[in-house]
Amino acid sequence: MELIRRFGGYLHKYRAHAAGAVVCVVVEMALELLIPLIMADLVDIGVANGDTAFIFRQGAWMCACAVAALVLGVASARLVAACGNGLAAEIRKAEYAKVQSFSFANRDRFRTESLVTRLTTDVTTIQNAVVTGLRPGVRGPCMMVMSIFMGFVINPKLAVIFVVAAPVLAVLLWQIVTRVRPLYTRMQSAIDQVNRVVQENLTAVRIVKAYVRGDYENEKFAAVNGELREVSTRSFATAVLNMPAMQFVMYATILCILWIGGGMIQTGELQAGKLTGFLSYVLQVLNSLMMISNVFLQLTRAGASAQRIAEVLDEPLDLTDERARDVRVEHGSVRFDHVSFQYRAGAENFVLSDVTLDIAAGETVGIIGGTGSSKSTLVQLIPRLYEATKGTVYVDGRPVQEYPLAHLRDAIAMVLQKNTLFSGTVRDNLRWGKAGATDEEIAEACRVACVDEFIGRLDNGLDTDLGQGGVNVSGGQKQRLCIARAVLKKPKVLILDDSTSAVDMVTEAKLRRGLAECLPDTTKIIIAQRISSVMHADKIVVLSDGRVDAVGDHWSLMETNEIYRDIYQSQQEGAGL
Amino acid sequence: MAKQMTSKRPRDAKKTLRRLARYLGGHKAALALVAVMVVMSGLANVVGTYLLKPVINEFIVPGDIPGLARAVAAMAVMYAVGALCTLGYNQLMVRTAQKIIAQIRGDLFARTQKLPLAYFDARTHGELMSSFTNDVDTVTEALNNSFTLLIQSFVVVTGTIVMLIVLDARLSAIVIAFLAAMLAFILYNGRRGRKFYAQQQKYLASLNGFVEEMVAGQKVEKVFNHEQTDFEEFCRRNEALREAGTKAAGYAGMMVPTVVSLSYVNYAVSACVGGLFVLIGLTDIGSLSSYLVFVRQSAMPLNQLTQQANFLMSALSGAERIFAMMDEEPEVDEGDVTLVRVREGSDGTMTEAPEYTGRFAWKCPGESGPTLVPLRGDVRFHDVVFGYTPGKKILDGVSLYAKPGQEIAFVGSTGAGKTTIINLITRFYEIQGGSITYDGIDLRRIRKDDLRRSLSVVVQDTHLFTGTILENIRYGRLTATDDDVRAAARLANADSFIRRLPDGYDTMISGDGDNLSQGQR
Repeated sequence: MELIRRFGGYLHKYRAHAAGAVVCVVVEMALELLIPLIMADLVDIGVANGDTAFIFRQGAWMCACAVAALVLGVASARLVAACGNGLAAEIRKAEYAKVQSFSFANRDRFRTESLVTRLTTDVTTIQNAVVTGLRPGVRGPCMMVMSIFMGFVINPKLAVIFVVAAPVLAVLLWQIVTRVRPLYTRMQSAIDQVNRVVQENLTAVRIVKAYVRGDYENEKFAAVNGELREVSTRSFATAVLNMPAMQFVMYATILCILWIGGGMIQTGELQAGKLTGFLSYVLQVLNSLMMISNVFLQLTRAGASAQRIAEVLDEPLDLTDERARDVRVEHGSVRFDHVSFQYRAGAENFVLSDVTLDIAAGETVGIIGGTGSSKSTLVQLIPRLYEATKGTVYVDGRPVQEYPLAHLRDAIAMVLQKNTLFSGTVRDNLRWGKAGATDEEIAEACRVACVDEFIGRLDNGLDTDLGQGGVNVSGGQKQRLCIARAVLKKPKVLILDDSTSAVDMVTEAKLRRGLAECLPDTTKIIIAQRISSVMHADKIVVLSDGRVDAVGDHWSLMETNEIYRDIYQSQQEGAGL
Repeated sequence: MAKQMTSKRPRDAKKTLRRLARYLGGHKAALALVAVMVVMSGLANVVGTYLLKPVINEFIVPGDIPGLARAVAAMAVMYAVGALCTLGYNQLMVRTAQKIIAQIRGDLFARTQKLPLAYFDARTHGELMSSFTNDVDTVTEALNNSFTLLIQSFVVVTGTIVMLIVLDARLSAIVIAFLAAMLAFILYNGRRGRKFYAQQQKYLASLNGFVEEMVAGQKVEKVFNHEQTDFEEFCRRNEALREAGTKAAGYAGMMVPTVVSLSYVNYAVSACVGGLFVLIGLTDIGSLSSYLVFVRQSAMPLNQLTQQANFLMSALSGAERIFAMMDEEPEVDEGDVTLVRVREGSDGTMTEAPEYTGRFAWKCPGESGPTLVPLRGDVRFHDVVFGYTPGKKILDGVSLYAKPGQEIAFVGSTGAGKTTIINLITRFYEIQGGSITYDGIDLRRIRKDDLRRSLSVVVQDTHLFTGTILENIRYGRLTATDDDVRAAARLANADSFIRRLPDGYDTMISGDGDNLSQGQR
């Protein structure tokens, strides 16, 4: 109920449509009730009196009603369609906007596939509930009220049977609906599980084949498939109980009325003709209860979807602009002051502990350390992709929270470890860095990032379509495109998070020189696995288990730092083979 | 990536139906029982309504109370049977349908495990996923409802028409003409509606594709402050879908009111003509009244019948796509050389061993019994020619060899074909010329599973599966104990960072390891 009120808010723009649709349905129904009355006159008066003109007049009236019902019916269908689709569009828009405002930490709480389902299938479920549910949802209750009223008009004493039958059926249907609701939620998550296994197998098809794990995956699938089968069997088996429940009550009522009504006819309380009329109203009442329960079932399904959407809409944002002032990043110096970080409040260990670090504007800084030494986490705190748990990160001497978020991220370019390119041409992708970039600017960025080396080999140069996720270029080419995209921003701080791992060393050196020439005043922070990627930096930070182990240049670290020396030597060995 | 348009009509309905029938075949008894119960439940309903009049006229009006009691008791029995049948067929059908659907899903998945890599590389994930979700869904819906409803409405439609002809053959001509007109309209409307429906599906696919890509790449979007531009694009596609969806739903919604109105006109015309018949003495008022009741009832089941037929049609086209995927050529494996465990005797001869010995050999069947060739890891390329797409050679006459124990580094600028060579050794792809040998055996003679088991390939795209870290490391060898896993992690220098994760080894990795960095994987 709460959900209905809440999502009803998105109907705002289409309120007139909704009201119009309801009016159309009600009037259409009234016409339908009128037609049998006209018919009765046609037979009882026209035919009985042999009045041909009257017969044709009544026939014409009925046709007129039919045409009017047609017009109203079509109109209500159109209005309902506009309403349902409009509502869906509004919900999608609000949800998408909300997802866009998620921080990295928010995003980590939702799986990608699950967010996509919540934005697509779940919204469609709600839309379908509105489009197909509105007509019976309005007709059902109206029909019921009118039929009960007619029943009382015919014979109040016999109509008491409604008072017994209707609540019995209502209770039965309610029992079914409340039982089905949690089952639908479980069914939805079982479907998610199946999709997840399939999706993972598609993404990791090479691994499955390389490790010859087809049978194992089949077993894994059999488990989730079995679970889905069981849950959906239970859900549907419960849901279809409404049909027999309705028949039991309906048939019992008919028999009662025949028996009791028969008795009343004997005592003269009721006429035989009225009994037939009464029976048809009984059927009408039970039918409309059935309609209502179907609408409820549909609402239940939509309710599960609405719940999932609400979870997205209600996710508290953990990054806000509330401390922001109208200041700009001028130089690009960065300072970490006793910074600690953990991904989840209350986690046992800190990912970063007590990091203090000073990076001057225009400096080139290398960050090195074993896997899991939290290098990426450290730099992601600078553009506020995550928020430090303790301590403060300063840019140009101001806490990062004081900059407007959009400006901060404009001033800091970051090439993420997990690069993503988007479908569209190479040019479209590069323009993410700068929307209106000219051909000269793009050419320069391509030169700096060594994209010019391979761009000529692509089918259409800059206008080559990259395909979803950039499937049409290799790993190293992708990395260079991502760097070019960041260079176009002309940032104050440029962060390369292990962005040259798939690029050969000669190209990497060229890239480094290009960056130094093109962005001389930009602070450059380079995370790397290879010593050769950072040894020319002004300053190298050695991270170990989330702590700063040492800071210095290549030569001083070679002398004083054991971890650095170890890494250096292990890589020399590799090179000697 | 233009998603393949989902057409609503199956191309070869008969063939698909036969195929589907094979799945249903395993449940012949259950389905037959369902059909019988559907018919009985439908008959109880129709006959029950039909009996009301005689009961009133014969027992109630003359005041025959014992007769009424008998009639009511008889009807009670009939109704009870009808309602029980309804209960029975619904329950049975749901269970059978879910069994069948689970079987189809399982078969489909098993088939995807056997398909060659080239199949996956040529299609988007969305396309493949859609078979598992949308197509299986439509088949489920159809099995859940359409099968029984179709039988039921068919029984009611024929029953009503027969009843009409019995009551008044001449008047029924009018009704049959109107029913034919309704049927024609429904079919025509359905055909036209498909155009709008296709339009809607197109925009839906376009919006879904966009959402999928943007949500997956959201971190990049944030880093580049690209939200505004993407939001505008989203709104554009959202709006297009809203318009197309409104048209499609509006069109589909016309069906019911139109059929209802036609049925009223039918009612009116039948009443007028029937009235005239009474006046010229062709029939009497009583018969006309009960005849008209049936006229009123005749339209709705027809509507239901065609609606179910439409559902069935789209289910069939879904089933057709599922079967098409099942019919894809599986990865061919003509290899007869297998990998076996061996024990080495003191004289250097090898014998097959049932238990793990740490030594392996290739078992090559020959005319004079199988021979054993020790597994050494000697890989040679002889004039290999290969290209992913015809006419575009990536490797042209490449010869190279790796002696056992040698570490070969493939150096080359990015995109020079390093991954390709690995793809060929594992036989993810087939070479087009030359040959590759492994320990002197032609690669094509070795069974693929054994070949891959013998190579430990670190694939360029690293992928993790949802589950705990423990389970992921265990993927290499399923029988590993927890301690084995920890030892392996220590070897790979992963132990320390794993222990700093929120739940240590039991941390859940989700969605392709989003919460780990590249190196940690």
